[in-house]
Amino acid sequence: MSKQAMSQSPVLRRRETVVSYLFLLPALFFFVCFVVTPMAMGVVTSLTDSHMGGGSFVGLKNYVELFQDPVFLKSMVNTVIIVVVSVPVVTVFSLWVGSAIYEMRASARSFFRCVFYLPVVTGSVAVVVVWRWMFHTYNGLFNHLLTGAGILDRGFSFLGDPRTALACVILILFTTSIGQPIVLYVAALGNVDSSMVEAAEVDGATRMQIFWRIKWPAITPTTLYVVVITTINSFQCFALIQLLTSGGPNYATSTVMYYLYETAFRQYQYGYADAMGVVLAIVIALFSALQFKVMNGGATE
Amino acid sequence: MRNGRKKSYVVFSVILLIVLAILFLFPLYWIVTGSVKDKADILIKAGESVRWIPFTDVSPTLANYDNLFRSTTELFRFEAFGYTVTGPEIPMALRWLFNSVFISVMAMLLSCITASLAGYVLAKKRFYGRAALFTLFVCAIALPKQVILIPLLSLSTFLGIANTSWAVICPVVGWPFGVFLMKQFSETIPSEMLEAARIDGAGEVRTFWSVVMPLIKPGFGALAIFTFINAWNEYPLQLVMLTDNVEKTIALGIAGLQSSDSTDYGLIMAGAALASVPIIIIFLIFQKYFTQGITMGAVKG
Repeated sequence: MSKQAMSQSPVLRRRETVVSYLFLLPALFFFVCFVVTPMAMGVVTSLTDSHMGGGSFVGLKNYVELFQDPVFLKSMVNTVIIVVVSVPVVTVFSLWVGSAIYEMRASARSFFRCVFYLPVVTGSVAVVVVWRWMFHTYNGLFNHLLTGAGILDRGFSFLGDPRTALACVILILFTTSIGQPIVLYVAALGNVDSSMVEAAEVDGATRMQIFWRIKWPAITPTTLYVVVITTINSFQCFALIQLLTSGGPNYATSTVMYYLYETAFRQYQYGYADAMGVVLAIVIALFSALQFKVMNGGATE
Repeated sequence: MRNGRKKSYVVFSVILLIVLAILFLFPLYWIVTGSVKDKADILIKAGESVRWIPFTDVSPTLANYDNLFRSTTELFRFEAFGYTVTGPEIPMALRWLFNSVFISVMAMLLSCITASLAGYVLAKKRFYGRAALFTLFVCAIALPKQVILIPLLSLSTFLGIANTSWAVICPVVGWPFGVFLMKQFSETIPSEMLEAARIDGAGEVRTFWSVVMPLIKPGFGALAIFTFINAWNEYPLQLVMLTDNVEKTIALGIAGLQSSDSTDYGLIMAGAALASVPIIIIFLIFQKYFTQGITMGAVKG
């Protein structure tokens, strides 16, 4: 195709361009209106003190204030904790589940794949309301079982204690995050050259050797993709927080996305909230770039 | 020796998988069984044992569903040519369900149209600005979409679609993941076939309709189910855009139930069941396409 493109005459290519943009028009309409425009608006608004109705240009004032705002810094730390814990756990775990179920019969494989995908399908709201009930101090299942077994002498407020609240968030986030990576890993393992694995088995290689020498290099692109999407999703952790703890107790579980929501839709400080959004986007971009660098470096070694 | 170790590893991993599967299925079980328990059964008193299973230690009741369906509204209401058209009277919860279905179906249809057209030309046409446009799409996918929530709200208010289903549908359609996915599927079309259609005198539209469309059918399946579930679960966007009670989606509806009375677990679980069971059924029916969609979307392009 590229050879043909080279030999294309400018007239033909111009015609091709007109046709292509006509085909692209519907997609571009929605993309420009509802993705590009709001992005640009967000960046512009972040330089103003916009609130309900009006606002004037304030330069980088919002950004300077952000880094002196203890709640923002606390939320950023929480977000980074969530990312740093959940990304490796989700990646390692989904890789393990993926390899374990890959070796099973097709029916068992699709059963497990389905089960681990269910929390993604049912959506955060249904997942969170039931977990919140199970975690409840007086009416929750966990406390009932723990006190019944004599481990606790009375109900413990899992979501109300700053020491455990964030861990609960991470646990629930975990159940809603591993579905997609597992599907990806099962598919990626299916593409590993089976003749190489068989040859290695004949030569007496151990499971671990086969995994690290043959399978791991072959699935590195998938791992990179899994790491990047899990990072992006964990950074945006919001629904869970809003429905489970509302950022409490005392901002112990507030994330940047949650604080952004609160600032924008409870305090109506749009400019300040948009500055948070821009900072979050930059942080995510930096993390993704770093992961690309690390993983690609590992691949070429 | 090694054989024994291998066997015990397999047994260990199967046991661990089953335990995990139970952990993942249990919340769903707890939602469904919780929704048919009456107030006495749902609150666990200290010293009593947990009521696990309907029909054995719980006598199932539909009281929670009666409660959920108590408040009513019209199915739809719109004004045209000076007349007001109203639909039949239905329970509010079903109206929420209807809103969710409407949003998901419209987003699905529009995404399929816009993304298939755009994906096809990005994969198969050589035109000016192609590389730049594709880069822009990919960058947009990598950006956190929640950071544009605030500007999106201002934009929707400006366009007059705030507080309607369209405020959720349009941004979902604008998100370029679908374009990317359909480009992946379109890459598999043999260029010779397009060439043959052109030589036979088929125009661009005809070529797309009768050559390209049948070839990317699996892509439509994948994109359709993917967009449907995404739109259904796009909680943050729904939360910001839809504030009128009648415009709410089922997810927002349950979140509202939780915030108005967080201890009426029976009612909340009935809502959660109504929100999750239909989408799970849809997922199970179209599972094959879904898996394919996730995997194709991940392949680097």
